[in-house]
Amino acid sequence: MTTLPLSDPASGAQPPATPRRISRTPTGGDAVFAHTFRVIGASVLAVTGGIGVFLAYQSVPTLRHYGLSFFTEHQWDIGHDVLGIAAVLSGTVLIALVALVIAFPLAVATAIYITEYAPPRMRSTLVAATDLMAAIPSVVYGLWGVFLVMPHAAFFSLFVQRTFLPLLLHGTARTIVILVMVVGLIAGLGMRFGMRITGRLLWIPFGIAAAAAVSLLPLLTVVDADPNAAVPDMTRYTKSAFIAGVVVAMMVMPMACSVIRQVFSQTPEGEKEGALALGATKSGMVRTVVLPFGRGGVIGGTMLALGRALGETMAVVMIVSPDFVIKGRIFEIGSQSVASLIASQFAEAQGIQVSALLTAGFVLFVLTLIVNTLAAIVVSRSRSGADTA
Amino acid sequence: MTALLDPIDGTPAAPVRQISTALPTKDTSVRPVPRATLGGLPLENHFLTWGARFAALAMAWIITQRLLPWHGPGWFVVVFALCNVLLLAVGTAVFDTNVAVSDRVAQWTVSSAAVFVYVALGSVIVYVLHKGWPALHHANFFTHDMSGVSSKDPLTQGGITHAIAGSAVQLGIASAISLPLGIGTAVFMNEVGGTFAKIVRTVVEAMTALPDILAGLFIYTVWIIAFGLPKSGLAAALAISVMMLPIIARTSDVVLRVVPGTLREASLALGASRWATVWNVVLPTARSGLGTALILAIARGVGETAPVLITSGNSPFLHLNPGSGVMSSLPLFIFDGARSGEDLQVQRAFGAAAVLLVLVVALFATARYLARPASNKPSLLRRLRHALAGSLRSVRSTVARRTPSVTAEEAS
Repeated sequence: MTTLPLSDPASGAQPPATPRRISRTPTGGDAVFAHTFRVIGASVLAVTGGIGVFLAYQSVPTLRHYGLSFFTEHQWDIGHDVLGIAAVLSGTVLIALVALVIAFPLAVATAIYITEYAPPRMRSTLVAATDLMAAIPSVVYGLWGVFLVMPHAAFFSLFVQRTFLPLLLHGTARTIVILVMVVGLIAGLGMRFGMRITGRLLWIPFGIAAAAAVSLLPLLTVVDADPNAAVPDMTRYTKSAFIAGVVVAMMVMPMACSVIRQVFSQTPEGEKEGALALGATKSGMVRTVVLPFGRGGVIGGTMLALGRALGETMAVVMIVSPDFVIKGRIFEIGSQSVASLIASQFAEAQGIQVSALLTAGFVLFVLTLIVNTLAAIVVSRSRSGADTA
Repeated sequence: MTALLDPIDGTPAAPVRQISTALPTKDTSVRPVPRATLGGLPLENHFLTWGARFAALAMAWIITQRLLPWHGPGWFVVVFALCNVLLLAVGTAVFDTNVAVSDRVAQWTVSSAAVFVYVALGSVIVYVLHKGWPALHHANFFTHDMSGVSSKDPLTQGGITHAIAGSAVQLGIASAISLPLGIGTAVFMNEVGGTFAKIVRTVVEAMTALPDILAGLFIYTVWIIAFGLPKSGLAAALAISVMMLPIIARTSDVVLRVVPGTLREASLALGASRWATVWNVVLPTARSGLGTALILAIARGVGETAPVLITSGNSPFLHLNPGSGVMSSLPLFIFDGARSGEDLQVQRAFGAAAVLLVLVVALFATARYLARPASNKPSLLRRLRHALAGSLRSVRSTVARRTPSVTAEEAS
């Protein structure tokens, strides 16, 4: 016979059992472990995050000396103590834009080729080749750009100028076209966000603005030289922002391509097969399934490439001839970017000029940080598949 | 068929009952229909592809050489490509719909863009190796430095020992600094965690895309302006390590994240401390991935030019002490040579660039080899050993087979 345990009335004062307190706080050796690695993490944070803090701190004397005109002045005239970064900033953006205009279609097309068109056996080789392209040092690209690309690109610039110079608009016509473009843009944005119109109607104002912009494009081709001379002055066409942009495009293209390819390769197979089963051609499937799925990756990868293009130093230093003028004539000799300004002026800089260069570096830092952060947000959102409902 | 149709006729068919089973006989009167292939394209598409290519070649030749004054290989390629797509579109339109035409054109656009990209990549490699060869094939290029060699001296004098040694010293110091710190940060982000780890991760990820010149500026302001120390190889190494640190930390973070949690839990459940778990379980599991992280960072660091340009100058002689004096390195040598304007210096720069390029490709290939997915295929070494054993066995067996006959001959 079993005896049930009976509660002893004599010892009824015993408190009820409570669960042991569980703590995730490490004790003993584990605490040492956690704190050691926390210190390591903090030191790395201090080093990497310290870059921005140091540059910001160092730019205080610059702003005290030159005031806010440092951002609007375009000259970098050490002799007269007139320093400003307006021209280098515009040059930075111009070179980066040229690079993006070239790199973006190539990156998207290469990514589509690798994920959709390439023979499966070649795929990993092509991916490795693209990654290798990203690993080639920028000084090697600079060498390639100066000695191989530059002569050919100069002839291309000459050809473009010869072709488009007759289409150039002057005086009143140019003003009218610029007005049309601005009005079209404002009307389009107003319709989109003010009147909340979506769909086909939007094409009209934006189309007008785009057409005006295209008719302004020959403005980029002006070079202060006669393109139809018997012996054209080729030195006017070398060392331009366009050539630097071509070489920078080669450097940033693989980076954008690898991000875009990764997003494209995550396209659900079922949706692709569904499109094909409904009778779509391969290009139709790419247009209606792969591209919409990877839209976030395309935007994010392009912005990463933009961030890299803004900070690219060596190619610009080696190719471009320094010129401190705000201009949009990409085929003409002379331009300058913030990074190349720093690299080329640092050896001779003294006193206040050093801190002016550091301020320029800080501006570049903020610019790339904003672009890269936005890119990271866009890419991480696109990975979650939120774009495809 | 008949069984289904019969009730519709209204006359219920009498159930046919056969006593014996009739074996199916092969009907030889029906010729087998060839099965349609699903993967390949129809013959006319192949014909169109190749026909358009040949026709475009011919048209490009006629246009560039006979009709228009566009000489040169560049124009030929451009005209060839345009003719090719035009012929493809027209040819497809002959026997197919507009949708097929746009599909063809889209395929052509995508493929030719990819071809353009890979040709450009190939041109970088081939051009640098080609232009570097005159300098490369002299042995003194690797064993001498440039001390006492003027920029006009022939390529049989002078070399890049100092640049290679400088790069090696700087990378050694940079790796020694950034490897423990980078992996330590990755361990912190993965094994300790918390809000602070998230902040560190965000900052480190943002810093991976930092423009390289800013790393140089940072070390310059801290090391040279704030501490008042001179430009040196050590400063350059520090600048490189600032570039390498986020790369190592981020790549190792990804690698450590995929170490199975069950391994950690098993180790902790066995009573190991967290330190012992990381040291004996987590890090060894991720060893090859950590190696990849280091190699990728070195491949990036070896080509960093801008930070080195600011923090260290170029010197023509072999200099191994990182603490004092300017120290040359491969990228600096290339940069100076390219700017010098002297033909021979430019050739030396191309030689150094070829060395750098080969180095980067080798590092890159090693990293990919280490990071390759585990395959079921036996390793190269084992396959070689297997093949060797197999051939040995066959040799032995032939010897064994021959031996009795020899003895038989001797016996007779």
